[in-house]
Amino acid sequence: MRRIKTPLDKIQVKGLKPADEVLLSGVIYTARDQAHKRLTSVNNPPFDLRGAVIYYCGPTKTPKGKIIGSCGPTTSSRMDAFTPALLKKGLSGMIGKGKRSKEVVAAMKKYKAVYFLAYAGCGALMTRYIKKAATVAYKDLGPEAVMRLEVKDLPLIVGCDAKGKDIYDES
Amino acid sequence: MRMIPAAKITKTVADLCIRANQVLRNDVLSALKAARNRESNLKAKRILEVIIKNARVAGSEKLAICQDTGMPIVFLEIGQDVKISGDLSRAVNRGVELGYKIGSLRDSIIKDPLARGRSGFHPAIIHTDIVKGNKIRIAVLPKGFGCENKSQLKMFNPTAKLNDIKKFIVESVKAAGPDACPPYVVGVGIGGTADYACLLAKKALLRNVATSPRHHAAGGLEKDLLKQINKLNIGPMGLGGKATCLAVRIEKFPTHIAGLPVAVNISCHALRSATAIL
Repeated sequence: MRRIKTPLDKIQVKGLKPADEVLLSGVIYTARDQAHKRLTSVNNPPFDLRGAVIYYCGPTKTPKGKIIGSCGPTTSSRMDAFTPALLKKGLSGMIGKGKRSKEVVAAMKKYKAVYFLAYAGCGALMTRYIKKAATVAYKDLGPEAVMRLEVKDLPLIVGCDAKGKDIYDES
Repeated sequence: MRMIPAAKITKTVADLCIRANQVLRNDVLSALKAARNRESNLKAKRILEVIIKNARVAGSEKLAICQDTGMPIVFLEIGQDVKISGDLSRAVNRGVELGYKIGSLRDSIIKDPLARGRSGFHPAIIHTDIVKGNKIRIAVLPKGFGCENKSQLKMFNPTAKLNDIKKFIVESVKAAGPDACPPYVVGVGIGGTADYACLLAKKALLRNVATSPRHHAAGGLEKDLLKQINKLNIGPMGLGGKATCLAVRIEKFPTHIAGLPVAVNISCHALRSATAIL
């Protein structure tokens, strides 16, 4: 299985196609509905979007003695309306579950980005791949705050590639 | 009259919230294992294996099965010979808060659907039925919104054909597609009123998904729909396979001569609930 690292560069992005299974390591940022609303309405996002990977995730509370609580993906399509604006600013990867809109797939093709599927509904298992977790922005959003996660060998499946190919068109 | 202190209800609800979110229902687990054994699509089989492993990890490490620990729905069947000392709905909501805090579950509930704002642990949705006897039956169903968002209601004409109703139910699953964490459990409510059909569809999710009573009024229809849905080839994560749906559960109720309400409430594969009797 191929290993990839953040920040995602053009060469890594180019080599991926739908249904590829990959192991992702490095830093990713959580952001979901309300964080997307804010990220797209500010000039200075709280983290560098260039080459960044956003994980559509709102974890549970962190249990005592653990790095993070259950932390699986949420439905990606709810973020579709905000995604092209973030891709324009340099976002190069997204992790979530389910289908993306035509507009998002077209923007991914234009700005060379990849959409990954995480194992949906497997939030307990996902904790094993998170090595560090810290809230870095929008703390008032509670479970929807932006967290910086350091991940090691996070198992993902490529959903849409940078050529506009979508796994759900093929299956 | 049998007295039940509100504090006892609080403690029970707290325990049920934790159990429902951390320990996958036995019937759901065995339905997942049966689906894995039946599956011939290798990718689907592997994903089902990961889902089963996730349940094991959640149970042993006391983690939530899914980070979306849902909107807590509490079903109360209160015996008419029971007297509760204290404030019942406050007792339930305190129990939810206590359980969600102790279990490190997620605070997903916002006070105002339009203004949104900071999230908290409650209020829970509470459904009460008055029944015979001197006991209280409490069931907690934490419903994630990835799948709740795919709910559908249709008010059919009383002369509608059964095939049209079946088509509506199958199309509802098709519309959910890969988004709501298949393999699904599909709850269906037929009859009553618009609101009551929706409640029946939700209640159907409390039924055993691995086995069904032999003479259930909608048993044939459940099997037929399951077969049709599993031909959609949505499969685990929507990547294809036989396992699109683990079970269809239908609840019926008398209705008006002018109507035929049909509600569909889809559950993700992490169908969670826990029950206790006081």
